[in-house]
Amino acid sequence: MARAASTQRKVTVTIVAWVVALVIFFPILWTVLTSFKSEGDAINISHFFQTPWSIESYFEVQSRSDYFRHFFNSVIISVGSTLLALLFSIPAAWSMAFAPTSRTRDIMMWMLSTKMMPAVGVLVPIYLIFKTLGLLDNAWGLMIVLMLMNLPIVIWMLYTYFKEIPVDILEAARMDGATLGKELVYVLVPMAVPGIASTLLLNIILAWNEAFWTLNLTAANAAPLTAFIASYSSPEGLFWAKLSAASTLAIAPILVLGWISQKQLVRGLTFGAVK
Amino acid sequence: MGSIQLQHVNKSFGAHAVIPDASLTIEDGEFVVFVGPSGCGKSTLLRLIAGLEDTTSGEILLDGRDMTAAPPAKRELAMVFQSYALYPHMTVAQNIGFPLKMAGMDKAAIDAKVKEAAATLNLSSYLDRRPRNLSGGQRQRVAIGRAIVRQPKAFLFDEPLSNLDAALRVNMRLEISELHQQLKTTMIYVTHDQVEAMTMADRIVVLNAGNIEQFGTPMELYRTPANRFVAGFIGSPKMNFVDGAEAAKHGAAAIGVRPEHMQVSTSAGAWKGTVGVAEHLGSDTFLHVNVDGLGLMTVRTEGEKQLHHGDTVWLTPDPARIYRFDKDGRSLRAN
Ligand SMILES: Nc1ncnc2c1ncn2[C@@H]1O[C@H](COP(=O)(O)OP(=O)(O)OP(=O)(O)O)[C@@H](O)[C@H]1O
Ligand SMILES: [Mg+2]
Repeated sequence: MARAASTQRKVTVTIVAWVVALVIFFPILWTVLTSFKSEGDAINISHFFQTPWSIESYFEVQSRSDYFRHFFNSVIISVGSTLLALLFSIPAAWSMAFAPTSRTRDIMMWMLSTKMMPAVGVLVPIYLIFKTLGLLDNAWGLMIVLMLMNLPIVIWMLYTYFKEIPVDILEAARMDGATLGKELVYVLVPMAVPGIASTLLLNIILAWNEAFWTLNLTAANAAPLTAFIASYSSPEGLFWAKLSAASTLAIAPILVLGWISQKQLVRGLTFGAVK
Repeated sequence: MGSIQLQHVNKSFGAHAVIPDASLTIEDGEFVVFVGPSGCGKSTLLRLIAGLEDTTSGEILLDGRDMTAAPPAKRELAMVFQSYALYPHMTVAQNIGFPLKMAGMDKAAIDAKVKEAAATLNLSSYLDRRPRNLSGGQRQRVAIGRAIVRQPKAFLFDEPLSNLDAALRVNMRLEISELHQQLKTTMIYVTHDQVEAMTMADRIVVLNAGNIEQFGTPMELYRTPANRFVAGFIGSPKMNFVDGAEAAKHGAAAIGVRPEHMQVSTSAGAWKGTVGVAEHLGSDTFLHVNVDGLGLMTVRTEGEKQLHHGDTVWLTPDPARIYRFDKDGRSLRAN
């Protein structure tokens, strides 16, 4: 009896999981399918599968707005902001994990709380600051702003990893004559490589997908793939197929990256939960 | 060179003074053991010397130079941790060579030194392994290798043997003692095991609740304990204490008799009692005797005594070996 019941439950759970996965995946699938239609056929839902397939939209998109330039910007901005974030967050997480004060907990909570603020609330001040500093439509400017956006998450993730490292080992390094910098470079970072790697991956994905700041602070030069997609979203005209082609092109790289590194990512996100 | 001096060192965590006021002078080349019950501040005192904790007040002098504010890296001390604290991502050779690398020594010189240290510690065939592929005893050796590879002013050991099994512990104890004879470098060794303390130390610091109760050679502590705490802590099995009228007869608030300083007889003696538990070790027999009016006492007799639970015995303390204490627990010397 118990066995039968548990089998039944397994089947139910599996079916539910598949349904949920399909519901989540469906828009992506539909986008990809639409991208292989002509503009006229793309909105013709009733005969969607009878109309011919074509890759014309892709050529058109590339010729109209140079995919590779945007792709390149996306890579620079997401990787750059992530490396910048690591540069600041490794020492920060070190001090929070290994040299905490009575206020450390509060500071961490405060950092997290900044993520709850709607970004648009600071759009005007940041826009003006960027304008004054000449950082508008500039890759450096975007790297900085995305780094700041993701810093709380990066610090929290690294903090969780660092907490797992026995402080004895760092103290041993100090006794062995390591300065603070050498302690970080030779002992802490190598020991935290798995954690740093998954933090890095997640942050690249977050930065890649970030659309608010990248759209508002760029025009032409530094525009990443989000801007590339947005340029096809228009209230007038028929752009479904081209919009879909642009979207497919934009998400493909990060999808591949996520696919390759999913083990790392899952491990990173559940770390600490399952010791 | 490696003398270590503590001058009125205080260490408090918040309002809690873990080390209220410690002053201590350790001579160059001495093997000093810090011993005391769990939580008495042994590790804290060692970590203060190491620089891993900051003093709340007081000075720490190394070779006569004030190092109170110096970071651990500047103190030229080597430490062996209870957990070994090996670098898991480095090989044995890299672990041992790490202090030299930090000192900026070139690779060839490091290699030579590492080989030399590994040979001393029987680690030569493990140099390419990672710590997780070593046994407990081997890890311990690597930790020691990492300490001896450069010439530190002093070695600090924090209960280095407590994770090893009994047999290995005795071996490592001898090896560390031998190492000290060879190197003649100052060593401070923390333990709560008084046998380790007695066998290894040139001098022992007995700590109780952060206070230094006595600092002396093992035999001084055994023969002339400064107070009741030291008398009870040094010696195994523990000293028997008696207070009340029996102590008053000796002009003291309390008296103490070591288990090995009592005669046992089945016919006559000073104190009559009943055997509770008899522990037969072969070489010795420990008797736990319920003495009428005085309570439980432990007696150590040589060889195999045919005494068992429920037997009536008489105990007679050796009058020359009775320790006398005043009402504050301080030793009374002259009779
Ligand atoms: N970082 C700290 N914050 C607060 N209290 C501490 C801290 N470190 C140690 N203590 C306290 O100081 C006291 C002494 O600790 P310590 O580790 O020195 O004891 P110990 O003699 O080494 O004991 P053991 O034999 O168990 O290792 C303990 O009461 C401990 O709770
Ligand atoms: Mg301790």
